[in-house]
Amino acid sequence: MTRVETTHAWRGHDQRLGRAAMTFLLFLPALIFLAVWFVWPLGQLILLSFQGEDGAFAAYQEILTSEVFRIVFFNTLKLAVLVTIICTILAYPAAWLLTRVKGFWFSIALYCILVPFWISILVRTFSWMLLLERSGPVNNFLITLGVTDQPLKLLFNDLGVYIGMVHVLLPYAVLPIYSSMLKIDQRLLLASDSLGASGRTTFFKIFLPLTLPGVTAGATFVFLLALGFYITPALLGGPHNLTAAMLIDSFVNERLVWPLAAAASVILLVIVLVVLAVTSRFVSLGSSVVVK
Amino acid sequence: MAVKETHGVRFEQICKSFGEVKALRPLNLEIKPGEFLTLLGPSGSGKTTLLNIVAGFLDPDDGRLILGGQDVTALPPRARNIGMVFQNYALFPHMSVAENVAYGLKVRGVKGMALQRQVNEALEMVQLGGYGERAIDQLSGGQQQRVALARAMVIEPDLLLMDEPLGALDRQLRKHVQLEIRRLHTKSPRTTIYVTHDQEEALVMSDRVAIMRNGRIVQIGTPGELYEKPDSAYIARFLGESNLLPVKVLGVEKDRIAYSIRGYEGTFSTPAKGQAENTPGEAQLLIRPEALRVSQTDGNSLRVVVEEVVYLGELTATKLRFADGQEGWLRAMKSPAHQPGAVIRVTWAPEDTRLLPAKD
Repeated sequence: MTRVETTHAWRGHDQRLGRAAMTFLLFLPALIFLAVWFVWPLGQLILLSFQGEDGAFAAYQEILTSEVFRIVFFNTLKLAVLVTIICTILAYPAAWLLTRVKGFWFSIALYCILVPFWISILVRTFSWMLLLERSGPVNNFLITLGVTDQPLKLLFNDLGVYIGMVHVLLPYAVLPIYSSMLKIDQRLLLASDSLGASGRTTFFKIFLPLTLPGVTAGATFVFLLALGFYITPALLGGPHNLTAAMLIDSFVNERLVWPLAAAASVILLVIVLVVLAVTSRFVSLGSSVVVK
Repeated sequence: MAVKETHGVRFEQICKSFGEVKALRPLNLEIKPGEFLTLLGPSGSGKTTLLNIVAGFLDPDDGRLILGGQDVTALPPRARNIGMVFQNYALFPHMSVAENVAYGLKVRGVKGMALQRQVNEALEMVQLGGYGERAIDQLSGGQQQRVALARAMVIEPDLLLMDEPLGALDRQLRKHVQLEIRRLHTKSPRTTIYVTHDQEEALVMSDRVAIMRNGRIVQIGTPGELYEKPDSAYIARFLGESNLLPVKVLGVEKDRIAYSIRGYEGTFSTPAKGQAENTPGEAQLLIRPEALRVSQTDGNSLRVVVEEVVYLGELTATKLRFADGQEGWLRAMKSPAHQPGAVIRVTWAPEDTRLLPAKD
């Protein structure tokens, strides 16, 4: 390639141009689609957020000074953080198990993690409502076991929301962590062992640090998705489990104040972008998703 | 770095199978304290399996491993005090050079100034003083190799294992590091088992070489013994270049063995002492290329056809064809330039030949 470029500099130049044009053409349909259906509406939304009746920044001012909005945003963040922590803690051993099992059991374990991806979030949320209701299977089981004599309140509260959201978001944490575990050279663990380290030391000094990029990537995905969650908290939560997404919905559908909804959306978007920018400084999110 | 008493190793009837494949047949071997022993063999000969058993990464199916008089067969790797240099170095990528070297010391509870001093000494030893703060991926292959060596040696292991540590280096660098490892070993002799499939490496560095084939040690000895007195044509071919001629052993008379060479008339003889084969019948005659000379007289010589003359710098190699069609080489500092096609006579000193079994 270098020889082509030096001896036939012009032709090499043309070839590069041709390749760039080809790349551009291949990207074009997707670019047009995104421009029309994503970038344009997003622009409209941002414009809309500055079109309040009382001036350009009225909507932002109202939101940022509103007590309710502050509480809802704080609750949304708290919910997202806790769901992220729970998901990461549950995902780590699951991902490790995936790297250990082989053949038939690997397929089973992988499908257990992937199948929920293929079922509509609405269906899964309604399933949880059936499972968790007062006389549902979970309560019956607990009563049979003698854990409780009264049916527990598992729905329309924090517990229901956490169960539902962790279930939906768990695969997003498992897959990047699994991928980072696969990438670890087994000889590093042998080297640690031969240098005299206990299993515990090998885990904390070698294995865990080397999987941290996967953990960070997984946690970031879960956190960002959890921030915008709507259906699960709406169906499984109680009146006080109001999230930012639900608030935006009520601005649009109940109060009919579109600029307010637009401004709240933009604020949520900014939070997401900030989180992404910060984490992408530490890990390459793209490379953590691709297995092998 | 203080040199402490180093341990010997003894393998007693060690064997290992993977399914149907017998990776190691019952194997006995004793390595003396401070000895540098190389396991040499093609891939699949069992040398890496043996190394992994010594390290504790694999359990033998049967047999015992004695390290410094103690049975360590059931001990996990971390309890064996063995330093290992891996083929791809297996340096911890998230740690600096100094942290890599310090790892084994920290695990042993070394702290503070002592830790600092020992790490620095180890890095000085492999001529990487001042590289402590570097990240692993900032080092060249040769430098990484030396960090791996420092990391394995700093813990003062009773036994040092090396698994083809020079495989990834280019030829020039490999020669340099070979001598470097040799120098470190001579300076502070530490029992070392070195695995390689590179014969030159084995000859340069080892006190003794064990040649492995199909899960067995087929011959063990000093590099000189193996090169000059191989037990089979397989070993002769594995170590260095060789002319192997089919011969018929006629019998032993006094202290000499008489034989005839296929395609030639007359009988030849060689001192009987220490030969690998002396029973009458088919055998192979080994003459190293450097033992052959161009001869002007008829006695103890063979007529050969010059096929090709290859100039190698300080040496000239002449490709020969023997009477039965077999090819061979003559190597000399300065051999008269013959034209391809010329018929010449080659001779040798009888004591420079070795009779080997007809079968490998």
